[in-house]
Amino acid sequence: MSTMTKPAHHMDKPSAEAILEVDNLEVHFPTEDGIVRAVRGVSYRLHPGEVLGIVGESGSGKSVTSLAIMGLLPKSARITGSVKFRGQELLEMGDKDLSRIRGKGVSMIFQDPMTSLDPVYKVGYQIAETVRQHDKNVSGKAATARAVDLLELVGIPNAKDRVTSYPHEFSGGMRQRVVIAIAMANQPDIIIADEPTTALDVTVQAQILEVLGTAMEETGAATVLITHDLGVVAGVADRMLVMYAGRVVESGPVDGVYYEPRMPYTLGLLGSLPRLDQTEKQKLTPIKGSPPSMVNPPPGCPFGPRCPLHIARCDEAEPPLTEVEAGHWAACIRNEKLEGDVQATEIFDADSTDLTDPVVADALPGTDAATVATGEDRP
Amino acid sequence: MTATEARPEAAGREPILKVTDLTKYFPIKGRGLIRRTVGQVKAVDGVSLELHPGEILGLVGESGCGKSTTGRAIMHLQPATSGSVVFQGRELTGLSRGKMRPLRRDIQIVFQDPYASLNPRLPVFDIVAEPLIIHKLAKGEELRSRVRALLELVGLNPEHANRFPSEFSGGQRQRIGIARALALEPKVLVLDEPVSALDVSIQAGVINLLEDLRDRLGLAYLFIAHDLSVVRHISDRIAVMYLGWIIEIATTDDLFDKPSHPYTQALLSAIPIPDPRRERERKRIILTGDVPSPANPPSGCRFRTRCQKFANVLSESQQTKCIDEEPALEDRGTGHPAACHYAEAIRVL
Repeated sequence: MSTMTKPAHHMDKPSAEAILEVDNLEVHFPTEDGIVRAVRGVSYRLHPGEVLGIVGESGSGKSVTSLAIMGLLPKSARITGSVKFRGQELLEMGDKDLSRIRGKGVSMIFQDPMTSLDPVYKVGYQIAETVRQHDKNVSGKAATARAVDLLELVGIPNAKDRVTSYPHEFSGGMRQRVVIAIAMANQPDIIIADEPTTALDVTVQAQILEVLGTAMEETGAATVLITHDLGVVAGVADRMLVMYAGRVVESGPVDGVYYEPRMPYTLGLLGSLPRLDQTEKQKLTPIKGSPPSMVNPPPGCPFGPRCPLHIARCDEAEPPLTEVEAGHWAACIRNEKLEGDVQATEIFDADSTDLTDPVVADALPGTDAATVATGEDRP
Repeated sequence: MTATEARPEAAGREPILKVTDLTKYFPIKGRGLIRRTVGQVKAVDGVSLELHPGEILGLVGESGCGKSTTGRAIMHLQPATSGSVVFQGRELTGLSRGKMRPLRRDIQIVFQDPYASLNPRLPVFDIVAEPLIIHKLAKGEELRSRVRALLELVGLNPEHANRFPSEFSGGQRQRIGIARALALEPKVLVLDEPVSALDVSIQAGVINLLEDLRDRLGLAYLFIAHDLSVVRHISDRIAVMYLGWIIEIATTDDLFDKPSHPYTQALLSAIPIPDPRRERERKRIILTGDVPSPANPPSGCRFRTRCQKFANVLSESQQTKCIDEEPALEDRGTGHPAACHYAEAIRVL
């Protein structure tokens, strides 16, 4: 394993001081079928004010990574590696100390606003509670006033009246605005948004992404945006990570990754997306097969069995992330094949059969289980 | 709302499916002991469309706009409240289950969730064979070879026929659902969000398969989806729904080059494109508020409460027309029908 995971500081400019350093993070879940290796050696750095996109399909470990950072995984999870927030190691911290950082240092926005808000408390109370949790000197009145300000900021009309409403009185989009208001309440340094718009319709998604932009501007927070939607990342992120089978398989500036992907998986993913702005009908290039089992991942490149560039050498060892261009890293030993402007159709087959052996998707225990088990990541 | 249909290359040909003024209301029952009906959710409120042989018509809209209910009402899975559905010259609404059954051979449906729409206790062979057995079309060796051929047709390995749905991935399950729908050699498939539960890399395979099948078998699809990128890729024509209405209908190129209804424009501008440079340059039309309740839709034009044109461009007297008058779905000089009094084609993409 030591050869496959480069220390993260190789990946980024050493000049800027990172506020979040994730190094060789591993998350294992013991299950009846064996150990599910959900996250396998993820490393990245987040700099102040930066927006980092993390993309991947269901079960790629993108959500588990951020839950591990926040200390929100069930007790059964075995977490190793290091997560440093402003130099403090988060993985060794107790729940009490972590509570001081959650919401103030690092706050999180989840996919489903109905489950992240408490249905029996008024939204104003829930925002005020977050404010007072981190500053006991704030009076109840002042905290409520702050709640009204925050609701106005995230674009809730009649914030003064709505502050006494319950979550069920809001629509999905409005609830997600409340969640964002809570996330920005204490001027966090980092906002982790885990599929913040996946449960929403596109016109509402556009609203929420705008509000998220406001929140980033207001707080100056660095943001980790986790999503399966390559369109959402394109417009918002500065840098991005592509995850597959619990690992980062490509990382770099968004332009580099989108226009010159060097990992076949990324290229395949982009080629399988129908484009809204495409006038010429182009055949989509699906990726054959399904992601590998996370219980006993085969040796070698996890994408190997689905990869059109696969050769025998790919099965020998898991390819390390190597720098293919300044700041652009890819985990593929044949990445030079994708150098320059290579189209997905040149590499992938547009044929429509799926003769692969059926694979049972492995369910991950914990918060993410439902999502992974049903393969549903989208509305 | 009577619709003048946009008829592209199919002009002159008889539509295989003609839907006129279709409505589907769901009663809202009061609380007390006698559960009186106190209102109605107008899920589908006057939808008219035509589907021609071999054509793919996309039906798009956001959640709750009535697109799935339209599909189900056409299929007679949920009987329509009023309106007519004529399939190959025969009226489907009001038919009894028995009278409907032989017609089901020609019009089949594929559901969204491949995890819920396949019986987990049946092996794949039985799932695909069931329609053939019910309609007494094949048995014995013939049945086996038909099922094998169907699995091959949808790109699955026929040797896997004795496995159970749980042994398949989401994309493969959706293929099983498609094989089952194709078993009776239908002429029309209603596809209700067939790829939205799948990951993108898997989704592309199913889209390609649906395109191939259309070309090989000459099927017509009513393709219901919320993802406009997918719909653009596959459809010949597209109808956009909002709150139980079709608000714009056009050929795919027309709809994307000259969107004329403010809602279509906002919808197109809201969808992110996986292209960083284009995405950074794009200007979005951000709609305010949420979709109103279909139990109590706004008067006149249903979109006016969220319409950027209504709020920012129109004069007071023009606004009055939006409030008082239901805009008909007709061509107002933009080349295709749009249900807006002030329809105007603009470029969004």
